[in-house]
Amino acid sequence: MRQFVPSVPCLLLSTVVFACGSSAFAVEPPVRDAEAARVSMIERVATSVVAIFASSGDGGGSGVLISPDGYALSNFHVTSGSGDFMKCGLNDGRLYDAVIVGIDPTGDVALIKLLGRDDFPAATLGDSDNVRVGEWVFAMGNPFLLATDFHPTVTAGIVSGVHRYQYPAGTFLEYADCIQTDASINPGNSGGPLFNAAGELIGINGRGSFEKRGRVNIGAGYAISINQIKRFLDGLKGGRIVDHATLGATVSTNFDREVVVDRILEQSSAYRRGLREGDQIVSFGGRPIGSANQFKNVLGIYPDGWKVPLTYRRGGERHDLLVELRTLHRASEMLPERERKPEGPRRPGKPDDKSPPPEDPHAHPPTPVAAPEAWKHLYEERDGFANYHFNRLAQARLLKGLAPYAELKSLGGRWKVAGTVADGRTFVFTLAKEGLGLKVGKDGVYYMPLDGSEPIDEPPGSGGLLVACDQFKQLLTREPESFSFVQYLGSEPLDGVGPAVEVLQTQVGVVHTRWLFHREEGRLVGFDTTLARDVDPCEFRIQSVGEFNGRHFPSSFSVRSGDREFATFRVNAAEFLPTPPPETR
Amino acid sequence: MRQRLWTIAGEVCRVGSLGPWGLLSVLFIGSLGSGQLSAQSISETIEDVSPKVVKIFGAGGRKNLYDYGSGFLVSPQGHIVTVWSHILDGDAVTVVLHDGRRFTGQILGAEPPLDLAIVKIDGEDLPHFDLTRDVGEAGPGATVLAFSNVFKVATGDEPVSVIHGVVAARTKLSASRGVFEAPYSGPIYVVDSVTNNSGAAGGVLTTRDGRLLGMLGKELRNNVTHTWLNYVVPISELQTPIEEMITGKFKPRPSEDDEAKVTVRRFSPRDFGLVMVPDVVSRTPAYVDRVVPGSAAEAAGLKTDDLVVFVGERLVPSCRVLLEEFGRLEPGDPLTLVVRRGDRLESVQLTTPRNSPRNDVTTDSP
Repeated sequence: MRQFVPSVPCLLLSTVVFACGSSAFAVEPPVRDAEAARVSMIERVATSVVAIFASSGDGGGSGVLISPDGYALSNFHVTSGSGDFMKCGLNDGRLYDAVIVGIDPTGDVALIKLLGRDDFPAATLGDSDNVRVGEWVFAMGNPFLLATDFHPTVTAGIVSGVHRYQYPAGTFLEYADCIQTDASINPGNSGGPLFNAAGELIGINGRGSFEKRGRVNIGAGYAISINQIKRFLDGLKGGRIVDHATLGATVSTNFDREVVVDRILEQSSAYRRGLREGDQIVSFGGRPIGSANQFKNVLGIYPDGWKVPLTYRRGGERHDLLVELRTLHRASEMLPERERKPEGPRRPGKPDDKSPPPEDPHAHPPTPVAAPEAWKHLYEERDGFANYHFNRLAQARLLKGLAPYAELKSLGGRWKVAGTVADGRTFVFTLAKEGLGLKVGKDGVYYMPLDGSEPIDEPPGSGGLLVACDQFKQLLTREPESFSFVQYLGSEPLDGVGPAVEVLQTQVGVVHTRWLFHREEGRLVGFDTTLARDVDPCEFRIQSVGEFNGRHFPSSFSVRSGDREFATFRVNAAEFLPTPPPETR
Repeated sequence: MRQRLWTIAGEVCRVGSLGPWGLLSVLFIGSLGSGQLSAQSISETIEDVSPKVVKIFGAGGRKNLYDYGSGFLVSPQGHIVTVWSHILDGDAVTVVLHDGRRFTGQILGAEPPLDLAIVKIDGEDLPHFDLTRDVGEAGPGATVLAFSNVFKVATGDEPVSVIHGVVAARTKLSASRGVFEAPYSGPIYVVDSVTNNSGAAGGVLTTRDGRLLGMLGKELRNNVTHTWLNYVVPISELQTPIEEMITGKFKPRPSEDDEAKVTVRRFSPRDFGLVMVPDVVSRTPAYVDRVVPGSAAEAAGLKTDDLVVFVGERLVPSCRVLLEEFGRLEPGDPLTLVVRRGDRLESVQLTTPRNSPRNDVTTDSP
């Protein structure tokens, strides 16, 4: 018998909705399969989600593990209030110590390291450039600090927008090229992962649009794209306070929707390459540029010092450049968190609720923060670094790439290097204590005395090749401490387009050198020596290494400066004299 | 306002019921491409719909009066439907399309009781909703997408934001008069996600395959509970005034009593060989009375006493809704029915005949 029961459709709906476990009605296999796949994906990735608590017990947020040795990503605004050491809970129910490693205050990213295991479950990094509007995403973390057993909360949503630009809020925190989602992102979700349907990490949740409805999700949350973070990751692992970049030029969109250079600094690399006011930017970083926001989106994803392709149009003609990006902030603006006034944790309140929230009767009085004794050695304070300990480790690792040149260590006397340049002329470099010389062919003679005078671009147009060679000699024959300043910077593509290289920076006086080590193989592939601020460096690229009297030395290298090839040198003889004994008089 | 998410110690908020996981599963099927319930993925729907939604910038910008809003194109020449608001207080507004093209828009007409206005830009071949074709209806439980210029997040050539949700109810806003201060009173969809935010009003709600369901309403707060209502005005309420404003025949409507609408129905269950039970009460459950031998329905395996639960994505609570859904079919459309047979749910695939038997315009009243 049929019964006309109005509630039947509702019951049916409930059955469809909560199909799992119900036997009253069969559900289509694809529905069950999709759900089972999602449940198992979430079980898998939940192991990598971190609940972060300040070691003082006051405040916290979320994070996500990205490597088995314990590196985890979070937001700068989570760790900045948490101290140098913090406590992290995983869904195995255990609490781990963690130490701050690197921070990106502009991009609101922090890298921490969980301690005590080398087999942490880590999330797989996805490709956020492939994220499409409408695809399913899952935010995980510790909203409202609900996860007292460290099991993360999962919220599902779709991607609402990609390549969103969020203006700096307050200080210099800026979200460029971020992912907008309607997955519920609430206070406490900060620093937690945004996963795609395959369980790949595509972003770090950090911001939401909040308005008059109190500090809870209202359908618009923002995640920092993982591809942006990948570019900064090595710098963060190096214990740095990494900085974002500027082109040294401002742009605006005109009425014809062209993005045009408004103003440009004459000191910028872009100016030296020929970019001028009024030029129309066509593409930047390989992306077509149709609005000032898109330009800012591209700029926001690169660390300072990177070389990025730029195409502009002037008078109907296209020009392709490689521009080096400049530091966005002065060093003094990038003070580490301990020198900044910490912001107190905020509590969510109802919009009309002016009274402070009731005190938690079970709250512990904040305990003074002490570094855990076992891990104390993993933190080293130094101005300009988040944790210098990790920079020191990275420096030592890179310097191992100089092992082939170890025989030169004691040979710090006069160097003579001879060979031929591309057109067949011969050359001889002489690097001595009194001065540096280069002779090319019959009449090309270049000399720079080492008498304390200003370094000069000699030979002219090389960017200072003689000084660069002397820097190389100093690196190979003297301790790194002989430079006045050494730091590990991170990684970047060689010359903007090549394989990834890791960068060690040294400084003597005003001369800066960036030593470039192949990221996979560790060998030195070249270096850029800059004689002063805002000039083109001498770019020395090692093409091959040979053996000269049992000593390894570059047998072929090319030199460029600006956008000009200077010369390629083929070495056929090299003489290295030992370091003279200290003069006793 | 954009704020950083700060974290809190101690305080625990109670969170309401969990999201509709089962429906998510239904959506996943679409996105996994099995094509059983829909051939189109959400991403494809969004690519199709986004260009029809525009960003509108006008008066305001002070205090809580934001100066941005949303609208949607309903003609290739640039007629834009939006919500009647202070943004339109100036002589003209700026309209930005999904591809960054900017236009100056003139206000063509408005119907404040419906919270409706029409803005005109000068364009050609613009992407738009064809109100005679690209519209739909949805019942509670239907998965929907909301497109809008919420919080002005999308600028320049960025497409508007899109969020997903589920129709929680179809009801009348007037039922809550005195609680909600809104000029509009009439049928609405209530959505379970936060569709109505700053700048969202004038955006669209669509089915997951991109048919226009209605226009997102303003932010509306319950004066008693202080909760916010996410409501959407069904396109069927707006269709006639929109057409009249565009053709210049619009006169402010004298009464709200336009219930006796006559609709054209292209198909009926009989076209597939289905005979439903007599529609005797207002919510007669949609049971199959008889399957015509040799018909498409029989070939598809439908049986007497099957209860039709879904037509496509729409939950079917009554014969009347079933007739509406069949009436909306286009020749050649795939048709998926979910029926309850005994204690099982069965999914049945049919194809709408190429030739509509009712091209000669038969009309019937619901």
